Order: sequence, then structure tokens, then C-alpha cells
Amino acid sequence: MDLFDILVSILGSTIRLSVPLVFTALAGLFSERAGVFDIGLEGKMLAAAFAAACAAYVTGSPWLGLLAGIGVSVAFSILHGFASITNRGNQIVSGVAINFFVAGLTIVLGQAWFGQGGRTPQLPPDGRFSPIILPGADALRGVPVVGPLYANVISGNNILTYMAFLAVPISWWILYRTRFGLRLRAVGENPGAVDTAGISVTWLRYRAVICAGILCGFSGTYLAVAQSAAFIKDMSAGKGYIALAALIFAKWKPVPVMFACLLFGFLDAFANFMQGKAIPGIGEVPVQIFQALPYVLTCVLLAGFIGVARPPKAGGVPYTKER
Amino acid sequence: MNTASLPLPGWITYGLIPLINLVLAFFFSGLVVWFIGENPFDALALMLEGALGSGEGIGFTLYYATNFIFTGLSVAVAIHAGLFNIGSEGQAYIGGLGAALVALALDRYVPWYVTMPFAIAGAAIFGAAWAFIPAFLQAKRGSHIVITTIMFNFIGAALMVYLLVNVLIVPGKMAPETRTFLEGGQLPKLDWLMALFGLKLGPAPFNVSFLIALAMCLVVWLLVWRTKLGYEMRTLGISPTAAVYAGIPYSRTVIIAMLISGGLAGMMALNPVLGASARLQVEFVGGAGFVGIAVSLMGRNHPAGIILAAILFGILYQGGDWVSFEMPNITREMIVVIQGLVILFAGALEYMCRPALARLYYSMAKRGV
Repeated sequence: MDLFDILVSILGSTIRLSVPLVFTALAGLFSERAGVFDIGLEGKMLAAAFAAACAAYVTGSPWLGLLAGIGVSVAFSILHGFASITNRGNQIVSGVAINFFVAGLTIVLGQAWFGQGGRTPQLPPDGRFSPIILPGADALRGVPVVGPLYANVISGNNILTYMAFLAVPISWWILYRTRFGLRLRAVGENPGAVDTAGISVTWLRYRAVICAGILCGFSGTYLAVAQSAAFIKDMSAGKGYIALAALIFAKWKPVPVMFACLLFGFLDAFANFMQGKAIPGIGEVPVQIFQALPYVLTCVLLAGFIGVARPPKAGGVPYTKER
Repeated sequence: MNTASLPLPGWITYGLIPLINLVLAFFFSGLVVWFIGENPFDALALMLEGALGSGEGIGFTLYYATNFIFTGLSVAVAIHAGLFNIGSEGQAYIGGLGAALVALALDRYVPWYVTMPFAIAGAAIFGAAWAFIPAFLQAKRGSHIVITTIMFNFIGAALMVYLLVNVLIVPGKMAPETRTFLEGGQLPKLDWLMALFGLKLGPAPFNVSFLIALAMCLVVWLLVWRTKLGYEMRTLGISPTAAVYAGIPYSRTVIIAMLISGGLAGMMALNPVLGASARLQVEFVGGAGFVGIAVSLMGRNHPAGIILAAILFGILYQGGDWVSFEMPNITREMIVVIQGLVILFAGALEYMCRPALARLYYSMAKRGV
């Protein structure tokens, strides 16, 4: 394989690996910009993956799988809201609780229902989201440079991939160009002011966490029904935390979120490619370096060496209405 | 009526409310068991039998409890200073490296009681070191400690896998682990303690670490409630602005609290690494750091409460193994479900019942009961 083919193949898997990160990081964006920290992204994604795999297996339709994934993920969002908005509990504790509860429950239910050690049964090809060949992909394949890029990176992904990259401008538009978005951002900075304007802080924050739930539903479904063809235990494998890191790395802004996710996806793809290969002059680079790099980069950013990451001001603080 | 500011007597705040939360957590766990078609009461009976029905069962229960006392104390010390250390898992993992290096260096030359203090120091220093950077970033740069400690869990895991696969592995072996420590690098089992109660320990790895854990409970109690530093930490935990106004140095207190927290987490490694398997293995922590969060919340961040909560989780872990053996439909992961529910009800929904209880209490007090 020459260098260009390698690049195309790495870029292709970068796209595929960043999709769940994009959805999940955008989910975190909605929640955290409204002032609700969400450590439970990982758990919601895992719950959605399990629900989507089960529903897609039972009904044979990936779309019903997606619906089930979103439904379950939103249910956990509302639980998070109930604990952290209504009961003013600790948002981080609530997220941690959801992560554990889901990590255990998916395996317990999976084993009880299907008896395959926490797996769900393999989905048939038409039970999942399959790749879409964009028009002209085969015709252009012969064109140098542009052809392979178009055919192997841009074309040939499943519908959820395109939705992920569509979700970025939509999220930007909602957050920066709608009344809801303005209020959502305001409630994350100064809930008292929003309350004074006669807008319900509680309802606004609930809507924000529901948005987060919907997006986590997409990312979980992508894992189980598009990328794989079954739910495998712990299949989110820390992606929720990487997405959280990407969100911070992007300083809580939608378009940078996409680029941060692509960067972390690229690191993942590059690590897979480098496994067992030696770089001339350096030797074999341990794969753990690439695994740790997103976290190291985020910590370096948090330390203030790459600009300042300033979280939403009211993040993590439950709002108590004054009387 | 706003009930949040109404005072309630201690027996409600420290007795009744935690009890109700615990009952709710176990009620929902029972629902899950019932939902998958097993009898929750049978499962409970099996669990208690497996955890407490024999000397070996009790030995395993206390072995697990030892881990959770250390990590529970680790989380609690940080919480008293207003910090949420979610990184006990990673700090314990790195602490294992410190303990193992000491054991590997000394086990040929000296008996275990000489190795032990160095191993304790090694584990605590390595664990504390892993907590230092997040602590420093929190204190000096204002980075959220929750985020940085999560990141450090992953960085620590990657580092340990690298070290075990590439550096510490026994040449020619496949398993990523160190060599087995000789007797000088192992903490002896507590057969004699069990024998006092007429119980046989059998193969259970219940060892001297348990006594170290109990000693640490006393140390933490003294530190938090009987020293100037503890007072400063608690003040900072309740109100950072008031603490700074009172002249308590913010950065120093945050960093010291996190170093103690990380050190306690690191010491947890003594139990599995030097006490049980006598070697350093990949993922030996096995989630004990996260259980520490549940234990600390349930034990109201007090050493006495933490011991009780740790034993309860020890029963869950040992009994859970037994249940999954007898009822194949219930897998071991049921423990994780219960753990999640305990964190949810004892932590996040801690005050869910408080308004109702406060109303009930005051209406009863008004009637002169």
C-alpha cells in the first residue's frame, strides 16, 4: 500500500470512530451549557446501545432500534434531571450512579434475556444501518486524489454518520440562533437572571438534559446497530469520557467540538493502524501512548497551556429559587 | 412550605434518612432480580449464606471490605475538603506499582514485617503522586478536579498496561504480571484472628492489610476531627470563601487533602497485590476505587460509617459470587447494579425524602407527640 492509500484508510476509520464521539460530545454540550454537568454520558450511550440492539433484534428494524435507544437514553436523562434539578442532588454523583447502574443492568438483562454472556444476538444485515454509496462514488474512484477520498471517506458511510455531522450545524443553530438556545446558554451562566426574566430554570434545564438524552440515543444506536451488529458488554468502552474530554478540549463550543472529536477519532484510528508497526528510527511506539493521548491533551488544555477552557459559570450548581 | 432550612434531629438525619435511602436502593435491586424471573428473597438468602455462612465466606467478605475501607476513606477525606476525587481507582492502580516495586526489591532479603512499612510508604507515595497533578491543577489553575481525576484514571491505566506488558513482565511469560513475590514480600493471612472466633479461613485471602485499614480509619478520624489541618479541610469543604477569608491557605489545603486522599487510595493496593496474589497484575483494582464512592456516601464520610458500608459491600461482592454460581440467571454484574442504585439513592437523591419527613416530623411535633 502506498502512503496515500494508507491515509485514505486512516481517514475513513477516523470518520467512523468519531461519529459516537460527535453525538455524545454534543449531548454533553447541551447539558453543560445549561449548567448541568453530565458524567453520565457514558452510561446513557451504553443504555441506548443495549436498547437499540434489543429493539432492532426483536423488530428487525434499525429505525425502531434508534427509537428505543433514544427513548431509554432520554429516560436516564430525566432521571439525572430529577436527581440534580428537582432534588438538587450532586450532579456528578448522579452521573456516576447512572454509569454504574447501566454498566451492570445491561449485562444482567442481556444474560437473562439472551444467555450469551451479556451479548445480544447478531443482527441480520437488513436489521442494521448499512453503508450508503453516494452517487458517482464508483465512477469517480479512478480520479486521482479526489476519487479515493470521495469513494472511501465521504461516501460509503451509514445514515447515522451523516446525521452526526449534520447535528453539528443544527446544534450550533439551536444554541446561537434560537430563543431557546439563548436562554439555555443564559441558564448555564446566570440562572438567577433567567429566573428574574420570568422563565422557568427547571423546565429549561430539563429540556437541555432531554436534548442530551436524544443525542446519546443516537450515539448508542450507532455503536450497536451501525458500527457493530450486536450489543457487546461495556461496548462504550470509555467513549463517553473521551467525548467529555473532547467537549472540554473544544471549550464548550459546537463546531470546535466536531474538530476535537475528529482529532480524538484520528488518534484512535492511527493507534489501530500503528499496532505492531515500527516507525523508522524510533522503533515500535507503544499503543498505550495513543490511548492516553486524548486525556493527556485535555489535561494540558485544562492546565491552561493551550488557551483557557472556561466552563459555563453555573455548571454543577443546583439552582435554588429565592423567596 | 420550604423545608430545606428546617432543622431535624440527628436520629432522622444520620439514622432514618440513610436507612430509607438504603432500603430504597435494595428495593429497586430486588425489583431487577424479580424482573429477570428470580425470587429476590431467595437471592438475598443465598447472598448472606455465601458471604457469612462459613469461615471462608467471612474471610472473603472481609478481604473485599478491606479494599473498600481504603478507597472509601480516600473519597471521604477529599469530600471533607470539598473535593470529589473520582480518581481513587487510578491512584490505587499506581499505588500498586509502588507497593510491588518495594516487594520486588526487598522480598529476597528481609522478612515481611520489614518489607511492610516500606510497602505501605511506597503504595501511599505512588498513590499520592498520582493525585498530585489533578490537585495542583485544581488549586492553581482552577481545573475541575472531577474531570482531571477521570482523565488520570485512563492515563494511569494506559501507563500500567504499558509497564506490565513491556517492563515488569517476566521474560518468556505471556501473562502481563510481575514475578510472584517471595515470602518476604507477602502480607501474612489472619488465620489466627479467625481462629479466635472458632472459624477456619481456608483459602480466603484475608490478610494483615485489614488491620492496616482499621488503623487508617483511626488516623483519618483523628486527622479530620482532631487536628488543625482537618479543621481547615472541613472549613474549606463547607465554604471556600469563608475559609480563605479566615486565612486558610486554599492551594495548600487542597493539595494536602488530595495527597492524603491519593495516599489512602494507593494503600488499597497492599491488600490485593501483597496480601492476595503476591504479584502485580493488570486491572487488579477491579473497580474498588469506584466502590469507594458508594462506600463513602453510604458511610456519611465518617470512618465508622465507612467500615460498616465497606463490610456491606464486601458481603455484596462475596455473596454476589455465590448467587451467580447458584442462580446462573443472575450474573455477577448484579453487584454493579446495586452499587449504582446505592450511589443514586444514598448520594444523588440523598435529600429526596427529607421534605416529606420534615413535614411529618413538624406536624407530629405540633400535636405534641
